[in-house]
This record gives sequence, structure tokens and C-alpha cells, in this order.
Amino acid sequence: MVIVREREGPCLFSVLLLNVLCSFVSALYFHIGETEKKCFIEEIPDETMIIGNYRTQLYDKQTAEYLPATQGLGMFVEVKDPDDKVILSRQYGSEGRFTFTSHTPGEHQICLHSNSSKFSLFAGGMLRVHLDIQVGEHANNYAEIAAKDKLTELQLRVRQLVEQVDQIQKEQNYQRYREERFRQTSESTNQRVLWWSIVQTLILVAIGIWQMRHLKSFFEAKKLV
Amino acid sequence: NMMYGSLRVLLQVLWAQLLCGWVLGSELTFELPDNAKQCFYEDIIMGTKCTLEFQVVTGGHYDVDCRLEDPDGTTLYKEMKKQYDSFTFTAAKNGTYKFCFSNEFSTFTHKTVYFDFQVGDDPPLFPNENRVTALTQMESACVSIHEALKSVIDYQTHFRLREAQGRSRAEDLNTRVAFWSIGEAIILLVVSISQVVLLRSFFSDKKTTTTRVGS
Repeated sequence: MVIVREREGPCLFSVLLLNVLCSFVSALYFHIGETEKKCFIEEIPDETMIIGNYRTQLYDKQTAEYLPATQGLGMFVEVKDPDDKVILSRQYGSEGRFTFTSHTPGEHQICLHSNSSKFSLFAGGMLRVHLDIQVGEHANNYAEIAAKDKLTELQLRVRQLVEQVDQIQKEQNYQRYREERFRQTSESTNQRVLWWSIVQTLILVAIGIWQMRHLKSFFEAKKLV
Repeated sequence: NMMYGSLRVLLQVLWAQLLCGWVLGSELTFELPDNAKQCFYEDIIMGTKCTLEFQVVTGGHYDVDCRLEDPDGTTLYKEMKKQYDSFTFTAAKNGTYKFCFSNEFSTFTHKTVYFDFQVGDDPPLFPNENRVTALTQMESACVSIHEALKSVIDYQTHFRLREAQGRSRAEDLNTRVAFWSIGEAIILLVVSISQVVLLRSFFSDKKTTTTRVGS
């Protein structure tokens, strides 16, 4: 048993390394202009971890294809929490990985823009950004957890199920909080409509009375009535 | 023994490479400004079953144009002004598939769009060497629970998006009611006072003209 474990160590590491490297290869990508800022919204419950991986490529006119970006070109990543407070604001290189954990439930905004100051670098082209954002349970690296805690396959599967159920529970708690806010907004609208219809009726009646009295006194003064 | 060890490493490396063909899905929510178009690209291997699902979360009439093209530019899916849709296809060619969301028909509302692009199946949890043996009952039970929980999480996401949409409409309504009540109060007062002033001015002018004519 011990011999098997010793052999598995470096094997696992190489698999892990390859997984990490290969996961960068075919992620979703999009194009971003030089001064453009692209924002993504993640609505998450509290105590949820988010891991974002990105990789940039610059269009090379000579070879007419996208090549890995030069060293000087980095991306500025800014993360705002639901109260518009900045919780992460860092510059990374042409390839980067950012992690944060939410402390308040709600809409978090992840914004990316390039830090390019040399306008010639883009040469009118676009920057290709490969992006991958993993939320909550998806952010867990199970190979790492298995190696660290020395879990069998069954134990690892059960661990994954536990993490999933945990995420479901957090989301439902957050759902309860959101529903309360929604109910408060609806009740506020209901109150406003009720209050406004009463006030409107009173204003109309008061103005009507004022108009008639004022005009009557005016005509009496003019000796027309 | 050494050869057996290195063979196992090689097999695991190859297995890991194979795994990378099974890429995880991407799920993103982004802002689409008015008159803007946003495109996303992904390299897909032939024969992979893919699903594109999108939903407009906030903004205007909660609709967006969506278009999915294969590497040769053939449109696989095109819908205008859709609020929510789901499209499954099997990749017929290797290459870069492109899907775009367009808000070009809207002049001043910017929208928030959620999309979930699933490519292939999820990778296996534990790349182990015992792939030849079938899963035990416990393991297959775990797998089915995992699939069921995945669909629960998927339903939760859709519910969350619908709730966000409903809440956004309710908050819009609330602000509109507030502005409307203040606006109407001002209009009422202005109209009623100006009515009285206008009436008064009619009678005042008549008086002066009669005196002028008289003298």
C-alpha cells in the first residue's frame, strides 16, 4: 500500500499540472478593445469563493494570428461587492488568476481592463481574453483535496456531494433574504399607491373648494354676481 | 518495475490529455450596453454535445438578439428579441464556434444577460487507474446523487434569475410611482392656479376695454 502511495505522488502532481495547463487552452474567449472595460456580474450568497482564470493574446499583424501577449501587457482586475465597495483591485500579468470570497450576499461585479498605455501595442487590433470563472463548489480542486487528505474515490465523491449540498443551502438562505427585500419593495409600492390616491382626492377636493370660493369672492367684488 | 511505473505515468498523462477534451461549461452574466453587440468564441472538438442557454436579467423589455455560428460561418441558431432560450447541438466540425448577443435594436436601455454554455460532459472527478472495473453500487449512487444535485443547482440558478427580473421590475415600478405622484401633485397645483388666474384676467381685461370705449 505504501509503495503505491509513493508512486502516486508524482503521478498525481503531473496530472494536476496538466489539468491546470490544459484547462487554459480551450476556455471561452472574447475580444476587448484597448480602453474598454468588460464587467461581469456574479450574484452569490455570502462565504462563497470565486476563482477566475484569464489568459490574453494579442493580434500579430505579421503572422495574422493571435500570439501570447508581451510581458508588459497586463490586465487590471477590479472586484466590487454589492455595496459598491472595492474588495479586490490588482494588476496581473498577461496571464493571471484571481480569487476572492464574498462576505456579503449579493451582486458582485468583476471588471477587467487592460493596462496598456502604449497605444501602438494594440495597433488598432483587439486583445483576445480567455476567461474562466468558477463559483462555489466548482472552484474546488478535487485532485488537490484528495491528495491532501488522502481520500479514496468514494470518500472524494461523498466530499463533492457535501460541498454541493452546502452550496445549495447557502443559495437558499440567500433566496430567503432576497425574497424579503422583494416583499419590502412591493409593500412600499402598495403603501405609496394607497397614500397617493388619498392625497390626490384631498388635493382635488381642496382645490375645487378654493377655486369656487375665490372666484365667487372675485365676482362679488366686480359686482357681476 | 521502473518501466511499469513510467508506463503508468505515461498512461495517466495521456488520460489527463483526454480529459482536457472534456472542457467544463462557462456561465457568465455580463452587461450589454445599448446599441452594442458582444461575441464569445469557443474551440470545440467534433462530436461534442453542447448546450447554449441564455436569459435576460434586467433592462428594457428583457429581450435580446442571439446568434450562434459554426466555424464556417453557417448560422446554427438565430433568434431576435428573445427573453430566454435553450439550444442544444452536436458539433459537426472542429473549430471555433461563435455566439453573439446583440442589443442594437435598443436606443437607451442597457441589459444584463446571463448565459450558460456547456461543452461536453463534466470531467471525471478522480482520474484513477481502475477505469476498467465497473463502478460499485455506492459509487454509482454517488454519481446519480451528483447529477440530481447538479440539476437542483441549475433550477436554483434559473429561479434566482427570474427573481432578479421580478425584483428589478418591482423596484422600477416603485420609483415610477414615486415620481408620478410628485409630478401629478405639481401639475394639479399649477393647472388649478393658472385656471383661476386666467379667468381673472378675462374679466379684468373686459372691464378696462369697456371703460376705454365709454370714454
